[in-house]
Formats: sequence, C-alpha cells, structure tokens
Amino acid sequence: MCINFQEIKKDYEKKTKDIKKRIIICAGTGCVANGSLDVYDEFIKEIKKQNLNISVNLYKEEQNEGFQVSKSGCQGFCQMGPLVAIEPGEILYVKVKSEDVKEIVNKTLKNDEIVEKLLYKDPQNKKICKTKKEIPFYKEQQRYVLEECGVIDPEDINEYIAKGGYESAKKVYTMFEPKEICEEIIQSGLRGRGGGGFPTGKKWEFTRVKKSESKFIICNGDEGDPGAFMDRSIMEGNPHSIIEGMMIAAKAVGADKGYIYVRTEYPLAVKRIKKAIKIAEDMGILGENIFGSGEKFILEVMEGAGAFVCGEETALMSSIEGNRGMPMPKPPYPADKGLWKEPTVINNVETLATIPLIIKDGASEFRKIGTKNSPGTKVFALTGNVSNTGLIEVPFGTTLREIIYDIGGGVLDKNNEINNDTFKAVQIGGPSGGCLTEDELDIEMDFDNLIEIGAMVGSGGLVVIGKNTCIVQVAQFFMQFTQNESCGKCVPCREGTKQLLTLLNDIIDGRGTNKTLDELERLSHVITKSSLCGLGKTAPSPVLSTLKNFRAEYEAHVIQKKCIAGECEALVIPQIDSEKCKGCTLCAKVCPVDAIQGNPKEVHEIDEDLCIRCGACAEKCNFNAIMGV
Amino acid sequence: MGKQSLKMLHFEKICEILNDHNYQQNKLIPILREIQDEYRYLPEEVMTFVASSLDISPSKVFGVATFFEHFKLSPRGKYIIKICDGTACHVKGSMNLYKTIKEKIGLKDGNETTDDLLFTLETVSCLGACGLAPVMVINDKVYGQLTPGKTETIIEEIIEKEKK
Repeated sequence: MCINFQEIKKDYEKKTKDIKKRIIICAGTGCVANGSLDVYDEFIKEIKKQNLNISVNLYKEEQNEGFQVSKSGCQGFCQMGPLVAIEPGEILYVKVKSEDVKEIVNKTLKNDEIVEKLLYKDPQNKKICKTKKEIPFYKEQQRYVLEECGVIDPEDINEYIAKGGYESAKKVYTMFEPKEICEEIIQSGLRGRGGGGFPTGKKWEFTRVKKSESKFIICNGDEGDPGAFMDRSIMEGNPHSIIEGMMIAAKAVGADKGYIYVRTEYPLAVKRIKKAIKIAEDMGILGENIFGSGEKFILEVMEGAGAFVCGEETALMSSIEGNRGMPMPKPPYPADKGLWKEPTVINNVETLATIPLIIKDGASEFRKIGTKNSPGTKVFALTGNVSNTGLIEVPFGTTLREIIYDIGGGVLDKNNEINNDTFKAVQIGGPSGGCLTEDELDIEMDFDNLIEIGAMVGSGGLVVIGKNTCIVQVAQFFMQFTQNESCGKCVPCREGTKQLLTLLNDIIDGRGTNKTLDELERLSHVITKSSLCGLGKTAPSPVLSTLKNFRAEYEAHVIQKKCIAGECEALVIPQIDSEKCKGCTLCAKVCPVDAIQGNPKEVHEIDEDLCIRCGACAEKCNFNAIMGV
Repeated sequence: MGKQSLKMLHFEKICEILNDHNYQQNKLIPILREIQDEYRYLPEEVMTFVASSLDISPSKVFGVATFFEHFKLSPRGKYIIKICDGTACHVKGSMNLYKTIKEKIGLKDGNETTDDLLFTLETVSCLGACGLAPVMVINDKVYGQLTPGKTETIIEEIIEKEKK
C-alpha cells in the first residue's frame, strides 16, 4: 500500500484554513502536574459557553472555523507552567490558571488584546515579553530536534505528516539503497546522544554488513539519569519522529523488528508511543510492504521495570529477553551479537529523532550546525539553582556560560533570588559526568572537549549548584545513586562503589583524614579501570572531578573539619546567634575548654579552633542561641 | 465472598494475563508487571504459579522480581507516595518532604508501608519532572514545586477523604 501524503496534507490544510486562532496548551508531564488539563477543559467550556465557533477534533467536523483548542507535548519552560501559546502571533502566556481563561477568551481571542499579567516578565530587567521569541529562555536556543515538540499535537499523525513528517522515511524506502543511508549518516557526523558519542552511521554500517536471518532496532528510552528528561519530552511531544527514525534505521541495516524500551516511570510517554504506533500501523506506514517496497517493520513497546543499569545496552537487551538486566562483557558488540544473539542497532531517543531531519535536510546542511567533531544540536535539561529551569536545545559549541546566564537567566541563592556570585559548580552528565567550575564555563561544549576536562555530555543533564550546597555531599549523592543501582555482577563496581560511599560518609561525618582523600582517588582509578560496563567505569567520575576541582573544600572537611557550605551537620562551624544571646555567661562557665568568650550582658563568641563540639553549651543555653554543636 | 474464592478469582486473572502473552518465557517482565497491577505486589505463591506455567524455575522468576526496583514482594499501601530524590529535587530539599510525610503518616523507622496499609512511602531516583523540583507522585498524579507545608496539606486531604 502506498499512502498519499499530498492528499493528507491537502486535507489537513483544508481542515485548518478557516481557523482564526489556535490555542495550544502544553500537556507535558510538568504542565499537567501544574493543572494544564483543567485549563484545557476550561477553554473548551468557556468558548462553547460564549457560543463561539470551536474545533477540538479536526476530523469530526467537515468544516472547522473559529478557534482550535489543542494539546501539545512539552514546550520546555516547565517551571512557568501551565503554558498556553496562541497562534498566530506567537503569544505565550505563563502560569495560566482556570480562572484566567475567561479573560483570555474575552480579550485575546475575541479582540486581539493582550492579557499583560499573564505574560512572562524577565526577572533581571523587568521587561515584559509578549512572544516566545522575546523571552531570553527561548531566544538563545536553537530548537531543531525539539522544533515541532510543543507545537504539534503529538496524538495527531496528520499534523506530523502535514509538517513534512514521514517524508524522509518514504524517501529512503523508495529511493535509497541501505548502503547509501549508512553513508549519508556517516557523512552527517551524527554521534550518539545517549552519552558515549559513538558515530551513529558507523554503528549502522557494522550492523548492515552482518549477514543474518533477522536483525533488530532498539530505541533506548530508559532515561535513568537523575536530572535528565529530554527523552521523555520527545517521546511525549513528538513520538512519530522516533518511529520514523527507527524505520529509517531498519531500512539501513535490514531489520524487520524493533523495540522501544521506555522507563516505567514515564506512563504518559508509554501511552503516547503506543498510540502513535497503533495509528501508524492503521494507516499502513508501519507493518508489511512499507511504501510499496516489499519490506516490513514491526514495532513493539517494552516497559522497563525500574533498573538504571538497563540503560546500558547489553543489560537492556537482556531484560527484553526476560532476564535480569545485567550487562555482558563487550565484545561481542550488539552490532555483532545483540538481541537473541542477532545483529542489533541500539540508539538513543534523541539520536533517532534527529535522523529524519538529516535525511530531509541532507548531511551537508546538518554539518553546518554545531562544531566540526560534534555536528548538530543537543538537548539539555537545565535544572538546580538557576532562574529558568526546563528543557533547552543548543548547537554543540555553545558555552556553559551562555546556557546558565543567558538562557538560564542566572544563578539563584538560597532565598531564590538571582545572585550570580553564588555560583559554585555545574554538574553535567549525571552520575557518569563531572562537576565543572567557573574557570571551565567558557569552553565550547562538544563531546571531545568535555571528555578532556573530565566530564561528559552524557545524557545531557545540567544541574547548577550554588554556594550553599556542599560539594562532598554532591559526590556522595551520586555515589549513593550508583551504589543503589549497581547490578552486583562485577566486584569492582559492587564493592568499590560501596567503599567509595563509606569514605565519603567518613568525610561528611568528620572522620576523614588526608589518607581518606588518597584512598578515594586510588580506589576511583581502580573502579574505572576494572569495571565490566559503562555504569561502573564512570561511577567514580563525580568523585574524581570534584576532587580535582574542589580539592580545597575536601581538605577543609578533613583537615580543618569545616563544611564551608554549612550542610554537613557534624562539621558545621559552631556559632552563637547574636540576636538570641542575652549574655548570661552560662555557656562560658560550662565550656570545658574555655572556648567561649564574652562579657556579661554582651553577645558571646565561640573560638572555633578551641571548640571540641561537646554540646555542653547548647544544652545549657536557655535561649537556643547556640548553633552547630 | 470468602477469602478462598477471592484468590481463585485472581488466579483466573493471572491465567488471562499469561494467555495474553501466549505463555512466552521472554515476556516474563510484562507478565509480572501486569500481575502487580492487579495485586499491588507479587505474592510468593503467584510467582511459583507463573514459573510452572511458563516452564521456568521459580528461582528465575524470583531473580527477575528482586532485580527490578518496580517489583515489590510485600503488600503495599492504597496510596503509594513516591518522593523524587533525583539531583534537581535533592538540591531543592526533597528529603525535607520525606521527613514531613513520614511524620504525618506515622511511618515506623525501617518500614515503607503504614500498618493500616493506607500509605507506602518511598524515594525514586528521578521522575523526569526536574523543571518542577521538588516533585512527588501519589498514585500517578504528579505534584510539583512542593514545600513541606504544601505536602502536609495534600496528605491531610487524603487522610480526611479516607475517614469518610
């Protein structure tokens, strides 16, 4: 069967040509949590109540007029949700509540007036931004993979097709030889977005040349890195782009079956992907005899069951086979012996979503974006102590400074006020990545540059850390995570991460010495060199990178027994609250080492070098004025 | 309905699930997942039943069930509260939420589920809603940008609702 895309396009245009305004309500996980579905319902209710023309389902009515209300995937600016975009005009309303709907309908929809109080106000210069393009968070981005995500209705395949979707798949199935596809992708220089950065085209080529009865394509949507959610957003916001990418991969290597492996923590993504597959099958895009080429491709969704290690490709395949998700030694690589020992291509969600764009634009156009060794864009999840949090997409070669200060809008202090002096570090790449400092903010980010400074692109999580966060605790947090998630198969990872965690806890609890730091470093190198899979090999990265960049803070913990950030309870600097102290002298009298000085009726002070933190003073104080002992 | 017949009913449901998956051994994980949706946990007798139905050893079923975080081997509460302790939520104080809820629902140290089987409290590594940190999920409903105060109100509302 050959589907006529031109007809679908024409039909879509006909259905939408009389629509005056389109109201796009973000229905990503973030906005839904903030109540965007209520806003959606309210819009429909209000427009109907006022007897205006409304279109909710384009295909139910013969003719659509007036206002179209639709849901979209994640628009990225999650913190400001629920987001409501109004086209034409690119108006973006933020933090919209059901109560605001009436005003929007009356002013913006009926009379083209703006509801000023719902526009985004730049906290830095108090400027009010009317359109998406004026908001610094969007202005500095280059949305390429995410372009349609947050605009189109993810559950409407016709809109995807109307915007040129599935054209690339049709092109390769009808005009390309498998070898040509692989060459095009190699030419484009696309590298895997899941972390390692291995050239995607080469991976395909290795699989293509293998002779086998059956081959598989797997989409790795087991996005487990804490602090990363770009794969979730693409799966929720533009599921057809992933399906199309997988179809192209299938044609390139000669596979007839594919799996999309989705984390169980993403119920909405699972729902949308399943629906998208069903519609694509019903329309005859997926299935037998694709675009009349005689080839078939079947897709199945596999839900994970909550194991971080399943993001590792061999572990993921083992769990599809119905086993414990434990990694295998490589080689053999999946291209050689993958799922059920057959040649398998396993790609990340973002990588696959990029593929249709490369086929559409051509490899040489794609190479114009980004840097020489890392072409294209990368989606990052910007979170932590930064003013604007959410999902962003920038070309490779962008500096961290541009991301944090221009797009992110600056660093937040502990009172949630913008104060760029409180910047301490930025953690990149999740539990496999590292912490970078002020000095490294101007490096042009790409796969190679980041590896050079001991970090990695990883999954693309960017967590901004302020001065009030203790860096040893950050390392401990990640180590706790990898320790929990270590599958236990190999000793260096299973026992090594446990020992690393113990050493870090020693430091936090004030038992650390200089020797502890040496041990940390030595053990980290052992684990890196001897672990079986990527999880273990990169597990010590947070420790190594913080040790390298924040050695002084570690030393303060073990030598002066001080936690600069004031987070480690055992190491807090003892202090007397000057507002509470009445100068009763009781504490000075009870102190066994005479560390408290002060005249009667005046605020007392603790000499922290003498203090042994016995707590006798705090126990005696009637005014709760003593902190940190 | 007696206890025995209730159990029978559930075994029927399990047979249905097994049937849906054609008794394929490699579908063990989806099968266990659907069974857990039914029971809220995986009782031991059910796991042995699945093992013999699929013609695999009970130790393999048990091995898979214990490997994955999603599978639970003990009864769980009616309301499952998942506090996200991913990086972003952690930096924004997720553990304070944990403490607040733990106190509010009267959970004993070392337990995950309250004695009346109303609440289960656990932490998860990342829910992927980092833009809204700190986040928690109660039975698939996501709550974002929380404070200990807000959290307390949400829990109180559930307790009130259950009293009725």
